[in-house]
Amino acid sequence: MEISEVQKIAHLARLSLSDDDATRYAGELNNILELVERMNARDTDGIRPMSNPLDATQGLRADEVTETIDRELFQSSAPLAEGGLYLVPKVID
Amino acid sequence: MHNRTIASLATGLQTGEFSATELCRHFLARIDACNDTLNCVITTTAEGALEAAQASDDRRANNAALGELDGIPLLHKDVFCTAGVRTTCGSKMLANFVSPYDATVVERLHQRGAVMLGKTNMDEFAMGSTNEHSYFGPARNPWNTEHVPGGSSGGSASAVAAGFAAFATGTDTGGSIRQPAAFCGVTGLKPTYGRVSRYGMVAFASSLDQGGVFARSAADVAPALNAIAGFDPRDSSSSQHPTDDYAANLAQDLRGLRIGVVREHFSDGLDSEVADCVHAAAATLREAGATLVNISLNETALTVPTYYVIALAEASSNLSRFDGARYGHRADNPQSLEDMYERSRSEGFGDEVKRRIMLGTYALSAGYYDAYYGKAQQLRRLITEDFARAFTDVDLILAPTTPAPAFRLGELVDDPVNMYLSDIYTCAINLAGLPALSMPAGQSASGLPIGAQLIGAHFQESRLLNVAHAFQCRTQHHLAAPDTGAYAEISR
Repeated sequence: MEISEVQKIAHLARLSLSDDDATRYAGELNNILELVERMNARDTDGIRPMSNPLDATQGLRADEVTETIDRELFQSSAPLAEGGLYLVPKVID
Repeated sequence: MHNRTIASLATGLQTGEFSATELCRHFLARIDACNDTLNCVITTTAEGALEAAQASDDRRANNAALGELDGIPLLHKDVFCTAGVRTTCGSKMLANFVSPYDATVVERLHQRGAVMLGKTNMDEFAMGSTNEHSYFGPARNPWNTEHVPGGSSGGSASAVAAGFAAFATGTDTGGSIRQPAAFCGVTGLKPTYGRVSRYGMVAFASSLDQGGVFARSAADVAPALNAIAGFDPRDSSSSQHPTDDYAANLAQDLRGLRIGVVREHFSDGLDSEVADCVHAAAATLREAGATLVNISLNETALTVPTYYVIALAEASSNLSRFDGARYGHRADNPQSLEDMYERSRSEGFGDEVKRRIMLGTYALSAGYYDAYYGKAQQLRRLITEDFARAFTDVDLILAPTTPAPAFRLGELVDDPVNMYLSDIYTCAINLAGLPALSMPAGQSASGLPIGAQLIGAHFQESRLLNVAHAFQCRTQHHLAAPDTGAYAEISR
């Protein structure tokens, strides 16, 4: 993995890395990828992917309102909230 | 008092030998004396605990005690949301986060009158095997403070071993209950996937995470599991499979039980002292009436890479919610939304978390999804089927929990690959969603605990606890306690 690729991934993950950090992570990620390459030793043609260990499917319930919203309580941990809204830097010019 | 079983403490409360308030004060004093050294507890909730203990005493005085856990002190891993008390997940990102609600695990234990003493230290967002990746500093192993307690539930394991509480909660995604239990000489159970509600349990890898219990014996794990197990409509991955009374069959005979020992587990990578303990455990279980059988799990070599691809991919998705907008750390003076996201996340997350997010992002990115995540999901099915096949031949599997006893602090913190490889015996179990526990099975020559692992088929927690209990009736490893006198500070 090149530094530029690490920076691209960091951007996808919304992380900002210095070039020094990116170099360090590139080395570490390459080591981890080497470990991951071992997966290719095993043929998996025709094997159904498993996303849930019990092969469970999404349970459904009646479409009825059962929860209450306590906005004041839920927003009490917000970095910046006002009038029921979370405040962030301006998005639209 | 802190080495007594839950049943013994419950009896003591019942007979008036001591009050819940006295019991609470005793354990709070233990935390006070040893936490500066062990750093197992991030937040102590002394005031709330004493209030809860008083409420327990009041109930008992009115003949209205809630059951065996009423007044029994516990600690919660700091990954479980606790209303009004900060939930940090061992991270700067949530260092001041106060949840508006209780996790189901927290709620259910509270409903049974158990007294929460505080929140325990952990690897950040449950990512790690040594509790060295915590914003709040490493937790230490009470048997030798130069060694790690394991991770990610290192604080909970260390706390139970050191007598900070009668039991503690933990979570296990790739071994994070079982491995610290082995390193700290306590009993730790990871239930079947879906057995314990994940509502309010901050997510690391949603198809792997499971909440569980640390205690000093299987007999003590049982009442705690009874409290937390069972369907929860607020967790969409929660199972409707009926629960057992996990204490009811502890003393069941082992005759007729077939226990498998896995050939592939005994390789060069396994420390000989650990191997000896597992073989000794097999002999003990044979004496108890079980039949020990050699079996093969052919897919063993694939488990670590498969686990890490799936876990890291799911982690990258789960941790994308931490963006500085609605909760958690927000960077100062963000210049744009993009800047707010990037700096909040870069400042809030530690190195190991960032490494895992990036690898997970890579594994899911366009052009790589099939080669990594898709492939891993196929291997997951092969690994799961491997276990299913084994369970047509045996009822349980006996295995090592870890390749070696607890590492020294600093030994693996900068060596992620070798740290990951040490999950070899535990992570496959999470891929297959199986229940498993680690129980103390001996000590190394240097005095560090060694654990043995019992793995069951889905929803066989009763059986696991039964076999562990039979083992603990015939051995004394679980009765050993670390000598904390060397570093305990007795306040005057």
